[in-house]
Amino acid sequence: MIRGLALLLIFQSLGEVLTRTIHGVIPGPVIGMMLLLAFLVLRKQIAPSIAIAADSLLAHLAIFFIPAAVGVMLYVGTLADAGAAWLLAIVFSTVGAIAVTALIMKQFVPPNASTGEAFEASAGAITRDIAP
Amino acid sequence: MNPALLLPIGMNNLAEIWVYLSATPLFGLTLTLIAYVFADMVYQRSNRHPLANPVLIAVATIIAVLTLTKTDYKTYFQGAQFVHFLLGTATVALAIPLARLWPELRARVIPLLIAMFAGSATSVLLAVGIARLLNAPPLIVASLIPKSVTAPIAMGIAEQIGGSPTLAAVFTVTTGIVGALVATPLLDWLGVRDWAARGFAVGVAAHGIGTARAYSVHPRAGAYASLGMGLHALFGAMALPWVAKLII
Repeated sequence: MIRGLALLLIFQSLGEVLTRTIHGVIPGPVIGMMLLLAFLVLRKQIAPSIAIAADSLLAHLAIFFIPAAVGVMLYVGTLADAGAAWLLAIVFSTVGAIAVTALIMKQFVPPNASTGEAFEASAGAITRDIAP
Repeated sequence: MNPALLLPIGMNNLAEIWVYLSATPLFGLTLTLIAYVFADMVYQRSNRHPLANPVLIAVATIIAVLTLTKTDYKTYFQGAQFVHFLLGTATVALAIPLARLWPELRARVIPLLIAMFAGSATSVLLAVGIARLLNAPPLIVASLIPKSVTAPIAMGIAEQIGGSPTLAAVFTVTTGIVGALVATPLLDWLGVRDWAARGFAVGVAAHGIGTARAYSVHPRAGAYASLGMGLHALFGAMALPWVAKLII
């Protein structure tokens, strides 16, 4: 667990260093995620400590958005003055984006029942090897 | 023994304790965890009903407590920042479900990119179109463009294209919550049953908050949602500043 958490923090730091070096707009954690993905795919296995640390964080992913989302309270006045246009735009464009993405996926990506079961089976195991 | 210690704690003492505690990080941190535990309990009791979204319930609870206790956001964030910091670590952790799915993802990369691209275009065009139709000011329109991309990137894009980063952050959070609320009934109605398609669509349209919802429904939906969010983040950072130039 702690070993896995340390590895996640190492990749988060690498991502921060890289995004600052190249002055990019992509946030450090997103670059860290890509580096860690490349690392895991090249090693062809996921150590149990990393899996445990990652699964513990992802099981409660929602909590990590709360502090930033509470910041909405600072802009309640500004948004009330702006009327309902922004809210209607968000609701309808989000519904549209989910529908379009899902329908294209349904059209072009056949449901892959076998890999789905394999994934669920592997999700329960302690050691997770990536299938060749 | 000092006789004062035997006295019941009066209102003054309580107020002093409160003044002390509310100024330490302990308050914001404890409030965040308690609000989440409460919100998650409501969510689980409701059988993970989309309307009982834990982010929405926790945020509403915390804003109510902060308003009642007259605590400002800055004081709250002193404690909440420890939870906020782990958002970055959790983002890095999304590599693990993607690595588990890697062989499958590699085989599907072209259709996934097409679906992401179409979802991104729909999000931008509908948001800008509706906002213009309702005479929203240009600052609002520009800040709406990156709203389906994960918040830190959306804020950067908004700044580049003449929008407001803070408005973009508010719009992004709202988009995430709306996506998490509507996804389940909408996808049921459209007859999309595959966890991959359902998760991916929510990740593309409603980034991290949508991904958190997808994870709580099914691990496969969660993994595809994180992929949709990640691809849209990369694509958004590179393409949306150019798209914005064309449409504003």
